[in-house]
Amino acid sequence: MIDLLQATVNSPGTTSASYLPIGLQVLFVVGLVGFLLIITHFLGPKRQTAEKLETFAGGIASHGDARQPMAINYFLVAILFVLFDVEIIFFYPYAINFRALGWDGFWAVMMFVSFFLCGFIYIIKKGALIWED
Amino acid sequence: MDLMVIDIWLIIEKLALVAIVVSISLLIAMYSTYAERKVAAYLQDRRGPNRAGPFGILQPLADGGKLFFKEEIIPLTSSKFLFVLGPALAMITALMTSAVIPWGGTLNWFERNISLQIADINIGVLYIFGVISLSVYGIMIGGWASNNKFSLLAGIRGASQMISYELAMGLTLIALLMLTGSLKMSVIVEQQINGPWNIVYQPLGFLVFFICALAETNRTPFDLPEAENELNFGYHQEYSSMKLGFYLFAEYIAMFISSAIMATLYFGGYDIPFVNESSLSASIGHNLVTILGGFALLLKVSFFLFVFIWIRWTIPRFRYDQLMNLGWKKLIPLALFNMVITAVVILLLDK
Repeated sequence: MIDLLQATVNSPGTTSASYLPIGLQVLFVVGLVGFLLIITHFLGPKRQTAEKLETFAGGIASHGDARQPMAINYFLVAILFVLFDVEIIFFYPYAINFRALGWDGFWAVMMFVSFFLCGFIYIIKKGALIWED
Repeated sequence: MDLMVIDIWLIIEKLALVAIVVSISLLIAMYSTYAERKVAAYLQDRRGPNRAGPFGILQPLADGGKLFFKEEIIPLTSSKFLFVLGPALAMITALMTSAVIPWGGTLNWFERNISLQIADINIGVLYIFGVISLSVYGIMIGGWASNNKFSLLAGIRGASQMISYELAMGLTLIALLMLTGSLKMSVIVEQQINGPWNIVYQPLGFLVFFICALAETNRTPFDLPEAENELNFGYHQEYSSMKLGFYLFAEYIAMFISSAIMATLYFGGYDIPFVNESSLSASIGHNLVTILGGFALLLKVSFFLFVFIWIRWTIPRFRYDQLMNLGWKKLIPLALFNMVITAVVILLLDK
């Protein structure tokens, strides 16, 4: 399995030089965005008043800091995302070497899928994804 | 150490290609706003923008120009640095995704084989995923830095929506990768040029991918981060001038790029349908076929853009719990099912 994985990583045609254009694009895009931010900073009028610089709360005066504790569900979703995303990433090397691994690899991955499903059913049964009160 | 052998022409060529691709993304994003308003007008039996130039064709220029000359407001209670970083990050990540998409074959100019793909790396699909997940930060940082209750709520909604649908998106692509056996975008397209398009083998996978693409780009019916009746304006509520423009632009560029990804992965990329490329290039020349292929890709992209817009003016917005239930309890099992079925079918047919 390790040999197969390495074979894909070292497939011909991709070297560290292949990533150079991405570096060029990063430079270009960051330069463009920075340039636009700076020129628009100087282009617009500046007539700022205290009311204008307040945060907008639909017309009424805004009360206090917005950064207050909020529903735990959002946090749970983030944690579950990290867990499941890592599991999904494990499928990718398998998918690439899928034909070479044949039925043996398939049954091995089915075991992994069942672990995945166990975790998935567990979080649903636990009510981690219930959004109604 | 391979970096030593790069010639200067390659760098110039790639830089020119980057400039062209970025400009085209910006241009298409601009005219998607025009298309959006025109299609909306057509669907609602109105005329749409028709004052600036013939058929209102200059309207996006007027809109864009306006954003340049607006007053820049940074609220006093916001975190200044993050407030500027948010939209910049959204725009940068939106423009970075185009790097691995093959926009066409190769051009033979000045005795050089110029590829119309910026970077042909062997982890193409993973690169796209990496950059798309970074785009969550643009929304999240913007919503947080504004220090506005509506913005913060919208930012958090947007972030948890995007990461939820990324799971199903990642899962559904695995079935496609089993089929292609490569993460390289150019290889995926070449296989489709020589054989049938991937949509033939992966209709269910494409459906899941398309729904996830709608959710990832915050388009209706999943535009909850911008639900104006609940959140005023959404995560970019406190923004003005070009920073607001960046957020709006980033959304349309993301729409363009995800259409291009769908066309590339499932609909043959720059493959001209019902035409044998190699025999055509023998009769009208290699370069012309490449350019026609690029136009074929843009045509497919325009079709998807139209579908995005069509859906926006047809389907009402989801409720948040419905959105989460669809993402987690329907699409993830569906994508997993699709993966297993694809694996079994391929293995049975191979033997």
